[in-house]
Amino acid sequence: MSTQVPEEKEQTETEQEVNAESVSHGDRRRADRDAKREQSVSGAPAEIEGETFELKVFRYDPEVEGKMEPRFDDFAIPKQKGMTVLDALIYARDRYDTTLTFRHSCRQAVCGSDALFINGRQRLGCQTQISDLDAPVRVEPLPHQDVVKDLVVDMEHFYDQMHAVEPFFQPDEESDGDLEEYRQTRENREKIKMSTRCIWCGACMSSCNVAAGDNQYLGPAAINKAYRFAMDEREGENMKEHRMNVLDQEHGVWRCQTQFSCTNVCPKDIPLTEHIQEMKREAVKQNLKFW
Amino acid sequence: MHEHDVLVIGGGGAGLRAAIAANEEGADVAIVTKLHPVRSHTGAAEGGINAALREGDDWELHAYDTMKGSDYLGDAPAIETLAQDSPEETIQLENWGMPFSREDDGRVSQRPFGGLSFARTTYAGAETGHHMLHTMYEQVVKRGIQVYDEWYVSNLAVTDHDDPAERECHGVVAYDIKTGQVEGFKARNGVILATGGTGQVYDHTTNAVANTGDGAAMAYRAGVPLEDMEFVQFHPTTLPSTGVLISEGVRGEGGILYNSEGERFMFEYGYANNDGELASRDVVSRAELTEVNSGRGVEDEYVYLDMRHLGEERITDRLENILHLARDFEGVDGLEEPMPVKPGQHYEMGGIETDENGETLIDGLYAAGECACVSVHGSNRLGGNALPELIVFGARAGRHAAGADLGEAEITKGKTSEIEEEDGLETPVEPGAVETSDEDAVADGGAAVADPDETVRNTIERERTRIEELMEKDDGIQHAELRADLQKSMTENVNVFRNEEGLKQALEDIQEVRESYQDAYVNDPSRTFNTDLIHTIETRNLIDLAEAITLGALARDEFRGAHWRQAHQERKDDEWLKHTMLSWNDGSPELWYKPVILDGENKTYEPKERSY
Repeated sequence: MSTQVPEEKEQTETEQEVNAESVSHGDRRRADRDAKREQSVSGAPAEIEGETFELKVFRYDPEVEGKMEPRFDDFAIPKQKGMTVLDALIYARDRYDTTLTFRHSCRQAVCGSDALFINGRQRLGCQTQISDLDAPVRVEPLPHQDVVKDLVVDMEHFYDQMHAVEPFFQPDEESDGDLEEYRQTRENREKIKMSTRCIWCGACMSSCNVAAGDNQYLGPAAINKAYRFAMDEREGENMKEHRMNVLDQEHGVWRCQTQFSCTNVCPKDIPLTEHIQEMKREAVKQNLKFW
Repeated sequence: MHEHDVLVIGGGGAGLRAAIAANEEGADVAIVTKLHPVRSHTGAAEGGINAALREGDDWELHAYDTMKGSDYLGDAPAIETLAQDSPEETIQLENWGMPFSREDDGRVSQRPFGGLSFARTTYAGAETGHHMLHTMYEQVVKRGIQVYDEWYVSNLAVTDHDDPAERECHGVVAYDIKTGQVEGFKARNGVILATGGTGQVYDHTTNAVANTGDGAAMAYRAGVPLEDMEFVQFHPTTLPSTGVLISEGVRGEGGILYNSEGERFMFEYGYANNDGELASRDVVSRAELTEVNSGRGVEDEYVYLDMRHLGEERITDRLENILHLARDFEGVDGLEEPMPVKPGQHYEMGGIETDENGETLIDGLYAAGECACVSVHGSNRLGGNALPELIVFGARAGRHAAGADLGEAEITKGKTSEIEEEDGLETPVEPGAVETSDEDAVADGGAAVADPDETVRNTIERERTRIEELMEKDDGIQHAELRADLQKSMTENVNVFRNEEGLKQALEDIQEVRESYQDAYVNDPSRTFNTDLIHTIETRNLIDLAEAITLGALARDEFRGAHWRQAHQERKDDEWLKHTMLSWNDGSPELWYKPVILDGENKTYEPKERSY
């Protein structure tokens, strides 16, 4: 394992003295941004004042000399109030090494791009505060998925499993096109509400031991997606039977061993394990034909 | 070379809706997008979809509110199309399974929103965009529409006729982010741009990092005019540290704004004596900044948005997502304390000039959604009007590109006899290309190329060369630095409050960044998932759009909607009831003006003074 610790450079007066009591995260972030620009204009990186923490990042590139063998790189990142793991990665990329590669987009835990393995647990980088983590902060790509480069994994298998459960609404009767919505009770919407919050980040699938050992297992996200439609009263009973047939098979709901890994890591707090068990119950009910 | 009838560039709300519509018309359609569709920023939209669905409401009221909110810079045919089509499109989403919030009778819920005369904002919690995006992606999966995800479209394949109005678009060239392959995509019928917003021009924005205005910049360089770019919406309630959006739904449900003195300033200081917190977004943003500038801001930066009095049950039922955002990104419990908020860049009213059928000046090129300007929003967009814009105009562009007849458009495109030339705006520097750049979208080759395959092939070659040049340089300047400089100047000088001096300063700064960009290089030598390269190409797009915003803002010496000029504190209808148009003109940008259309189907909209 090789290590690259960025050298600290000459000092320029940029960071204002900040008093933790009276300063918002925004001030701190802005002070940092200004410092960053000051130094970029002057061409010499500013010395990092104050405390830093160590960010250890997994590196791999199949086609670049020196990165073909996986390794960890270390970066010294200044501690700032409100800093997230994504902020720290962006800092490392823009300040030290522009080849550092990771997916990110919305910064607000809704696009699902930056699910990562942070200090041994699947989390969204943008939703994870550095202050909640023990140093060194260790960031790796999601386990059990092929690494494309650095922190980027191949999501194709995840998408295939999602698509396998027919992840789209199938009402019993097509609406006749006039301005009429299907009715749905508040209670029913409440029942499916949590399941509809999935952002396809893949954290659950990556945390699941069963999925790791069985490539054909549909996995928690896909089963949750099936639950979202099966439990939606607007779909009706006929379709529910069809949906249960998709789940009630060898690599479907019965593979789940209720380890709760998926539920523990879900950034949207979806009770995935519970939803899978409900689907098991529905499958059993469907096979007992006396009601 | 890949080949399809219709290509949709972008996989957000407008792109997905366009693809579904083209597919329903029987076209072979494919989506090419730099992000997997579910990662699109439509997923971050919170508030809702305006649609006249209920007794007592009708499309004409929706149209009137929209026109009034636009400060009479929206075009009536576009606005009326939005208001007429939105109910059907909204119900269509419900029929596709979208989990809207519900009333006791099981129908979809609606809530009040800023600038609306009726509570017509249809919503799904405070995560309407997330549900809309996922519902439409589900329909794309259902129909088996091909998605090239994580392909970055870097240029359009357009013929090189001298007159942009004679040019034709035959496809695009895209870069496979995973492998680094540059490939051509030919479109037999048409290309639809649905690439979203331009928020990365600013450093405090609600927009995603991917919102770099790629489609608008590519269309602009290919010869399509940009319209009304100076009108940038700053949302009044964003979290100070990150720019994360706190939905207008909070105020819609009864949330209150306070200054550091605990005063309900929207009323106390007369910013909006009638509508208070629910005045239009431009009004509320200016009020907040005025409070801060008058020393009544908290920590000289922000104000408070309080929803505690709404009660836990209602907040959890309708605004639960807001609690998560405030907690995760500001460390504030919205049930126990007021939330800090300040204005942040949110939405670009302007964009690619299109008509109400989504067509642009270039044959075979369409645009829809935030990257387009029809114009529905004029100088100020009402909350809840962006999501219907995506589905209404996405659907129309999709149908039209697939060959459906939508009838004659009322909105004209390009330089007709009615236009007015700008007679010499004084700028401190010459805007536009630094030197004869070979990065324009038109296929070079001397004679006008009309053969579609050849047009695409020429563009592939040029893009390969461009990428190789960026990759081969091993020193120079990096995109992060250029982007930071650009954002800093735009945030300082082309923000909510604008003056001549600042705007001119911004033009100088932008030109300086443009010159530096000639030395931009990509540090990462890898062909595998090279985000360094993508960000470098995006940065070029941001430079062109920042300049377009600033030129329009400098030219328009009046106060209308989101555009406020220090020395021009009135709306000048005699002079400025017209759209600001900007043509790239092969590297020498040219300003001109197009009249606003105020004649609607049943009535003419008479400009009235705004009152709140």
